[in-house]
Amino acid sequence: MVRRIAVILTAASLAAAVACHKKAPPIARPAPPPPTSTAPATPPRPPEPVREPTSVPAEPVRDDAIASASLDDLNRNSPLKPIFFELDRSEVSPAGQKVLDENATVLKRYPAWAITIEGHCDERGSAEYNLALGERRAVAARAYLVAQGISADRLRIVSYGKEFPFDPGHDESAFAKNRRAHFVITAK
Amino acid sequence: MKHSILAGMMAAAVFVGWTRAQQPPPQPPTTTQQPSEIGVPIVGEAGNPPRLAVPDFIALSPDAETVAIAKILGQVLWDDLNFEHEFAFIPRDVYASIPKATSLSDVPFDRWRELNADGLVIGTVQKVDAGVKVEVHLYEVRTRRSVFGKEYTGAASANPRRYAHLVSDDLHLSQRALHGVAQTRITFASDRDGERMKNTVQKRDVKEIYIADYDGERQTRVTVNGTLNVFPRWSPDGRSIAYTSYGKGTPQILISNIFQATREEVTRGNDENWLAAWSPDGTKLCIASPREGHGYTNLYVLNRDGSGLRKLTSHPSINTSPTWSPSGTQIAFSSDRTGNPQVYVIGADGVGQAQRITTSESYADKPTWSPAPYNEIAYTAKTGPGNDIKVIDMATREVRQLTFGEGSNESPAFAPNGRHIAFTSTRAGKKQIFTIARTGKDLKQLTRSGNNEHPDWSAK
Repeated sequence: MVRRIAVILTAASLAAAVACHKKAPPIARPAPPPPTSTAPATPPRPPEPVREPTSVPAEPVRDDAIASASLDDLNRNSPLKPIFFELDRSEVSPAGQKVLDENATVLKRYPAWAITIEGHCDERGSAEYNLALGERRAVAARAYLVAQGISADRLRIVSYGKEFPFDPGHDESAFAKNRRAHFVITAK
Repeated sequence: MKHSILAGMMAAAVFVGWTRAQQPPPQPPTTTQQPSEIGVPIVGEAGNPPRLAVPDFIALSPDAETVAIAKILGQVLWDDLNFEHEFAFIPRDVYASIPKATSLSDVPFDRWRELNADGLVIGTVQKVDAGVKVEVHLYEVRTRRSVFGKEYTGAASANPRRYAHLVSDDLHLSQRALHGVAQTRITFASDRDGERMKNTVQKRDVKEIYIADYDGERQTRVTVNGTLNVFPRWSPDGRSIAYTSYGKGTPQILISNIFQATREEVTRGNDENWLAAWSPDGTKLCIASPREGHGYTNLYVLNRDGSGLRKLTSHPSINTSPTWSPSGTQIAFSSDRTGNPQVYVIGADGVGQAQRITTSESYADKPTWSPAPYNEIAYTAKTGPGNDIKVIDMATREVRQLTFGEGSNESPAFAPNGRHIAFTSTRAGKKQIFTIARTGKDLKQLTRSGNNEHPDWSAK
């Protein structure tokens, strides 16, 4: 465990050194994760122990807030944005495609990341059917990311049906937020 | 390691709970039938249901505990018998005018006759070496004849409500050839403990599996998994509960053997599995799983130990919410193969075309198949902004509606005698468990703490 952290730290400092010499990243760089402007910049925590034995990423880790943040911090203010669905539908909308394009860019930039795509529904359908509908939404999001070149191995899916609404309200604006595919970073 | 500790804790918790409540396996009160007095049904006048009075039982021992038990027995028995509406009841507040009997030999039958009672259910409670002895009789008031008589003995610590439930079921069976449900239980998922899910930065409440008596009393937590545990289903023998648990990240089917305090994994791995439904013989489960990908969900049947998995439906759509027919030869489920979900039936062997059952709904899910003598399927139907409970007669295909837009109502589950349905409703604010008669009468709220949902009614 200690050794693994040491390895990551070493890799990070190496990467920082590399980054200084590099001019531009090879891929179009998305705006780095928008840390909410009001939030005080939290000092980067030491990296959390990784969950699964992952080798040090081949791509140099960049010395930025994302690379050094813990999984919890990352997920609290995730660079991967949720996408939203129409009532009883699971097609990815044009707006959703745009978000997924950005998510794909982030995932390409951090190739060690593994994520879980959660499918969720609003409260109007039945609890039982919603499990399968949420699954369809997660599958649709994954299929789109795979088509953008993200390896399916990195993308687990799970449906929660309507068990975990994002917004506990009972109006259309709450429902719209709850019909979603939500992205959770599970390894980095 | 962590798991086995958890399982152990769960075992301990459940075991202690049951021991205190004197639940089976130690079968509670034992019964002695008094052989000279069986099987004469009491009748009412001119085709009306017999009018019964159920006063407090007579405490033959003077101590406070016996007196308290005697009072509870009369009250719970009144509620239990009233639940089935096989008898008419003289309201309890009228009984005050009748002198209390001190033993079964000084029951004032003449006074009960003045109240037009056809039958009088009365009993005695007595402390004995073994614990408590309860003797119950149903007297035909006119003739003063006992048409039903039984003795029950059990430990003093036994919950007196259990005696009343047992007496009620015995009385219904003996007098009306009816399987009452007073001893049955309801299981459901609840977030009442306010525990938060771990391994997420989102604010998400843990849901655990609970059980309660059919009347909502004695609500007891069964699982201590600290995760999302949902859609519990009783095994036909009433000794196990299969449910969907997210403890390992993906939803899997687990079984809690609530009296042995052991836990079994029916499914495991990376595939998601939901909504287990027991075959009537208790040997198999039907589950829904999206394991083939593409967003298709299909039904699978497997043995309760997880072996022998076979695919039941093969359709490129959602096929979910399985329920077995009482005979075990068919399975009803919902499928959105034509758009929104509708209820279908397929042979339990999976052979042949699925037959569509609901044709007048825009959205129908969670079928539950009633036991004999009724051949009905209750389901969740979208009726507006929310859902309502409806019932379709499988012979005539006539549909009747039980709830009418009071909140949203869903997840119906039949009582084992087919006369009652438990369901989830938001009519009181949060999600709560209610019961209602198949006629739409007798609405009753069972839970009040936190959100409670996904009820299932035990067969025993």
